[in-house]
Amino acid sequence: MALSREQIAQRVAQELQDGYYVNLGIGIPTLVANYVPDDMEVMLQSENGLLGMGQFPTEEDIDADLINAGKQTVTMATGASIFDSAESFAMIRGGHVDLTVLGAFEVDVNGNIASYMIPGKLIKGMGGAMDLVAGADNIIVTMTHASKHGVSKLLSHCTLPLTGKGCIKKVLTDLAFIEIRGGKFHLLERAPGVSVEEIVTLTAGELVVTGDIPEMIL
Amino acid sequence: MAGFDKVVTSYEEAMAGLTDNMTVIAGGFGLCGIPENLISEIKRKGTKGLTLVSNNCGVDDFGLGILLPDRQIKKIIASYVGENAEFERQMMAGELDVELTPQGTLAEKMRAGGAGIPAFFTATGYGTPVATGKEERQFKGRDYILEESIVGDFAIVKAWKADRYGNLVFRKTARNFNPLAATAGKITVVEVEEIVEPGELDPDHIHTAGIYVDRLIQGTFEKRIEQRTVRPSSAQGKK
Repeated sequence: MALSREQIAQRVAQELQDGYYVNLGIGIPTLVANYVPDDMEVMLQSENGLLGMGQFPTEEDIDADLINAGKQTVTMATGASIFDSAESFAMIRGGHVDLTVLGAFEVDVNGNIASYMIPGKLIKGMGGAMDLVAGADNIIVTMTHASKHGVSKLLSHCTLPLTGKGCIKKVLTDLAFIEIRGGKFHLLERAPGVSVEEIVTLTAGELVVTGDIPEMIL
Repeated sequence: MAGFDKVVTSYEEAMAGLTDNMTVIAGGFGLCGIPENLISEIKRKGTKGLTLVSNNCGVDDFGLGILLPDRQIKKIIASYVGENAEFERQMMAGELDVELTPQGTLAEKMRAGGAGIPAFFTATGYGTPVATGKEERQFKGRDYILEESIVGDFAIVKAWKADRYGNLVFRKTARNFNPLAATAGKITVVEVEEIVEPGELDPDHIHTAGIYVDRLIQGTFEKRIEQRTVRPSSAQGKK
């Protein structure tokens, strides 16, 4: 079975470490916050200028001056700090964020990522995504492995305009956990009940499968 | 007005001197911390051919979006421009020039502009459409592109509190691009919720020094919320 959005988030959360500063993109990445283990402290960075993002406010605590990068009303966690956008991206570009999780339309074997534009269709802009992929060393891309029509999103070469070049090393899809190294995809784990053959079929770029591939433990 | 007193009493006075085809830098992220009354004044004035520099362009009927129906914006430099139907229409029809700029690069363009730095190298956007036509250079084995800074004829800024000298304090994430915009205007106009006397703000707690501010006005704000997300209050119990 392919992983649900929640299960993808759950698997990403296993990559968290105590004391990590983490930036979570919009969509599936946001759900990762729900799976931070109880015995672990993680601080969420929101690129509009907040480190230490808390949960959504109650109706009576809503504050128009306090939002996240998705423009949703939020609260601040204990020990939070506020800063301007230049400083926020100094943290990101300067490599101070320990883990970045973001979505994508396509990734390829050279670590290129396309996530912000579909010419003629979707031209909303990159927001902070280009800075995030350029600045972070530890990035996990979360996405579905293929489109609804079975067209692979893990390619030899991205077809859409790039968000970043050669910056992606880890991809977690609904089918597999994949590492990008030496111009190839390497299969690390498969979703429970998903066969290696199925993953190979739906991976357009070169995929290296070495030995027995373990199932993810969720 | 005398000495360092920056206070003006009307929005007309606040935006005096803004003329067609000028460049305006605006603070704000989404609808959070936007100089909403200064934007309304630009609409009222009917200034046209403007180049806007702002992370976003508001929504159809609020924020910078209200400058779209009368075609007051010629060009916008922004990182994300969703949530606005009229914007999309004008962009697709080629009536509006849009320069998509990564958010961190946009912030740094303002910061550098205000700090007298004409350009800077960044890895952001290397190998992407953003790099088109820009100088590339390697430092310590990594590739970077050269981005030019931005200075505006006007900067419009929203802060929380100010003293009459224009020392500013921002509130929560309404800070965002505002302190950067404040440094990068030839004329910087700031609207705030409260103006106090000089000396009342703790100098250690001032986010933006009054030297950057030319005009200051106290306003009232709608503070519209774009995405109202809540959790149940504890009184209602857990789901």
